[in-house]
Formats: sequence, structure tokens, C-alpha cells
Amino acid sequence: MRDDQEEILTMQMDSPEDVLAEADTLKDQLKRMARQNKLAVISAVVILLFVLGAIFAPVLTPYEFDQLDVINRLAPPSAEHLLGTDELGRDVLTRLLYGSRISLLVGVVPTVISMLAGAVLGICAGYIGGKTDTVIMRLADIMLAFPSMLLAMVIMYTLGDGLINIFLALALVSWASVARIVRSETLKLRESIFVEAAKSMGVSRLKIMCRHIFPNCLPSLIVLFTLNIPSAILSESSLSFLGIGIKYPQASWGLMVNLGRQFLYTKPWLSLAPSIAIMLVVLAFNFLGDGLRDVLDPHLKDQ
Amino acid sequence: MLLSILKRTLQALVVLIGVALLIFIMLRIVPGNAIITMMGEHANPEAIERMTAELGLDKPFYVQFYTYITGALRGDFGTSYSLHVSVSSLIAQAFPNTVCLALSAAVVAWLIGIVCGIIAAIKENSLLDRLFMGFSLFGVSMPVFMVAMVLQYFFAYKLGWFDISGVSDWRGFVLPAIALGWNSAGSIARLTRSTLVEVLQEDYIDTARSKGRRRMGVILFHALRNSMLPVITMMAVQLSSLLSGAVICETIFSINGIGRLAVDAISGRDIPLLQGTILLSTALVILGNLVADCLYSVLDPRVRKGD
Repeated sequence: MRDDQEEILTMQMDSPEDVLAEADTLKDQLKRMARQNKLAVISAVVILLFVLGAIFAPVLTPYEFDQLDVINRLAPPSAEHLLGTDELGRDVLTRLLYGSRISLLVGVVPTVISMLAGAVLGICAGYIGGKTDTVIMRLADIMLAFPSMLLAMVIMYTLGDGLINIFLALALVSWASVARIVRSETLKLRESIFVEAAKSMGVSRLKIMCRHIFPNCLPSLIVLFTLNIPSAILSESSLSFLGIGIKYPQASWGLMVNLGRQFLYTKPWLSLAPSIAIMLVVLAFNFLGDGLRDVLDPHLKDQ
Repeated sequence: MLLSILKRTLQALVVLIGVALLIFIMLRIVPGNAIITMMGEHANPEAIERMTAELGLDKPFYVQFYTYITGALRGDFGTSYSLHVSVSSLIAQAFPNTVCLALSAAVVAWLIGIVCGIIAAIKENSLLDRLFMGFSLFGVSMPVFMVAMVLQYFFAYKLGWFDISGVSDWRGFVLPAIALGWNSAGSIARLTRSTLVEVLQEDYIDTARSKGRRRMGVILFHALRNSMLPVITMMAVQLSSLLSGAVICETIFSINGIGRLAVDAISGRDIPLLQGTILLSTALVILGNLVADCLYSVLDPRVRKGD
């Protein structure tokens, strides 16, 4: 992160115009957001709590995520089992904690992959232009034409179940929109004075893309990153809910909702608890993303 | 303008062919022979060979693809492996249900979204504005299955106002439509608000006001009309997410729609059915985008006059 910030700083030195306009660094911008937007701060704390819960799950609960206790099956919430037990007597809270590992991983890993792929392809399309642009953008058009859920379903069908395949499926579904946004940023940056200057100094194309274009796309990428995580989490939970994602005995929130659905009318908390967990995490990421966009996105900042 | 519409139509066709090719490739590289899945592990090798030839699976890839595309253009999507009837007849049964569901969800989303968006924009930065925008983020953040199950629990099970599942008449669509429209309502409200806030700062709004038109009139006739353009584009984007959400809604409320057919096709490893449902849904999205593009150029004089 520090390196990135320094790169942004050096970038700004390259373009005299921007020195005044964007004198505050990423750190200053984040500080400003923290002062102005309390919701974003609360969201960051909520996310941190979920992350801690996921990491320390074995310490936080005396039960195992697949520990059966058939005698106490479908027990209502009590002091021993704060959120009750499921149809096989497993502690629901424990499964929620372990499930957050999968949900957070599924939120972050495919998003990182799709960000990287989308950034590289978007910059190439925008900067190189010509045939490269046409090929990449037509491919993106095709991917974007699919309803994302159905595309993810087909990919999961092709690849088979499992966590790694979910990562791949969700990354494949979301790279195209990233590429499109990065491309339009790149088109704007390509015309800027500091790129012109670098070009006239004989800096190579690859170096301009890595050193000058990419760092300037970072603010948008950070915002996109925070906003794409919740949609990845929602997609995974929907897939697992349909039985196409994470498989038993793994604990995934979507899967828990699915298994709890048969007891919806008698034991509603079985489905409700994981649903609320999903909502909280997604909401927190959305609020944080909104806050970040307000301070980082130059288009909104101008207003 | 006609030329640009023609150009867009051609582009849409190219994308559609690309989509068909992509689905075709993805479903052909599935590990495990589809025929063996279909006829069972212990099927007679001769029978397997006969079946493979009958389905044309022994021909080269491009021949298979050509046969499929020309068939699809005539409305023939092959025969379902698991249900042994033509895919087009299955889709024909399911299609009206999905369209009804998506349309009613769109109506719900638009009503809630635009009304909340307008109120929030007029009362910009007020408590009401923040409340609505906070709620809209809530709406966007709730998984479709959560909204669906909460509605089902309270309104169908506890209060008994609606059937728990299945659709016998229009009332069967009420809960699924709300569940499905909920997410989109949030994003439409946010978009309506932001564009309206922007438009309200334009000079022509001041002009209209200075001519003595009432505030409400200016907002409804001058500002809203001009802020609806991005919202129309949004409609096409929403169509895609509505079809995604429909998969979940149809499963929970046991509606015989395209999405549920796709889920059934996956569990039955039914390639022709899966191929047909996905291709049709995607074609619908592409068509929606095309219509939105054309509407855009008809409604925006700057685009219409080739600016």
C-alpha cells in the first residue's frame, strides 16, 4: 500500500496541473472520509469484526462446524446454543462464524482476480487501441450480455462444484465491467499532458501503462473493489442457495439458508440468521464503497 | 438515426452469435460424456454409438454449432435429455411466467424507485433524503432469497393473504414481484435522485421557474423528463439482474419459469435444456439493451440529430 501511495505522489509531480487540484494524498482523502462519513467508519468496523470472527472462529466457539448432536437437533436459541441448532444438531452460531470465512474469501479472491484481469485488459484496450481494443471490448460485450447469475451457473456446470471453481466463475462473470470502466479512464488519461510528456521523453509503451496510467486508475479501482465484493458475496450465496456452489458439509451462508428453508415455518431462525449475516456484510461493504467513492471518485468530487 | 439503429442491431446480432458460441463451447467441454450420463453407465455400447450419431455428437464441432444455430433460428432447440420433450415446448410453457414475473417486478421497482428518488432529490440533504437513501442501500444489500422468504413467511404463512407457492392467478405473482423488484427499487431510487439533483441545477430549470411555473410543475415536466434518460439505460441493465433474481424467486415460490428450468437442467445434466434457457434469457437481455439504445436516440434530441 505504501508503495502505491508513493507512486501516486510521484505521478502527481509529473503533472503540474494536477498538483494543486489533487494535492491531498490517498491517506488524507481517507482521513477526510473518516471525519465526514460516520457510516463508512461504522461499516469498516463491522467488516473488521466479521474478519476477526472468521479468523478466530475456533477460539470463539466451543463447537466444531460439523459437530453433530442429533439429540439436540433443531433446538431453539438458548444459552448453550445462542442461535439454536440445525437439522443435524450442529450449532448455528458456529456454522455462521465458519461460514463467514467462505463468504469473505468469496468476496475478496474473485474480486481481486477480476480487478487485475479487468485492469490489465482495460488499460491495454484503451491505450493500445485498434484491433486489441476491438477484440477485448467485443469479448466484454458478450460477457456483459449474460444475466450474471445464469452465466455463473453455466460456468459452475462446466467446472464442477467447489470453492476454487466458485472463485473462477465469479471472476469470469465480473472482469468485463471492470475492463470497461478502466478502458474509459485510460482513454481520458491517454490524452493527458503527463502521458504526452512521458511519450516525448521516449518512455516505452509498457512503462507508460504501468507507471502512469495504472496508478491513476487506482482510485476508481479501489472504489470498484469495495463495491464488487458485496456483489460477489451475494452471487456466491445465491449459487449455494440453489445448491450449485459450496457443498455440504462445508458451512456457507447461502447453503445454510437453503438447508434451513425446509423448516422456514417452524424454525425461521435457521434461514434468517445466515440471511441477516449476508445482509450485514453486504450492507457494510456498500456503505464503505459509497463513502470511498465520495472522496476518491474525481467525477463526484467535482460537484 | 436510422443508420445508427441499423448499426446497433447488427452489433447486437454479432454479440448474440458470440453468446451462442460461448455457451456452446462451455457446455461441450464438460468432463464426462453426456450420452453416458443420459443412458446410464451400463448402457449397450452399440446403443450409445447409435444415440451419439442420432444426436449428431459425432460430427465436427463447427457442424454441430451450425446445425444448432440454424435450428435455433427456426425455433428448434433440440430435445431435452432428462424430460424427453422438445426444449422449445418446455420454454414456451415457462416463458410467459418469467415475463410476467419480470414485468411485474419492474413495475414494483419503478414505482418505489422513482417516487422515492424524486422525493429524496427535492428534499436534498434532508432527513427524509438520508432515510430514503439509507433504505435504498438496505434494499440493494438484501439477498433476493431473504426478501422472498421473509415475505413468504409473513404474508403467505402468518397472514394467509397469498398462496405459499405456485401461481394459480395474478395474486400468485404479488409476493414474487415484490421480492424481485426490491433490489432494483433501491438502485433506481439512487439513480433517479442523483440525476434529478444534477438536472435541477441546470439553467433551463431556473428559466422555467422565472417564467412563473410552479415548483412541482417544473420538477415533473422539465426536470424529470430530462433526468429519465439514464434511468432508461438503467432499465436495460436491470432486465439482466431481474432475470438473475428470477432464478431464485421462481425456485422459492415454485413458479414454472425459465430460471427454474435452468436450475432443473443443471441438476439433471440436461445440456440442450440448459443451452436453450440461457440462450433465450441472454437474447432477451440483448434485445432489451437494443430497445433501450434506440429509445435513447429517439428521446434525446442531441443524439437524434446526430450530435
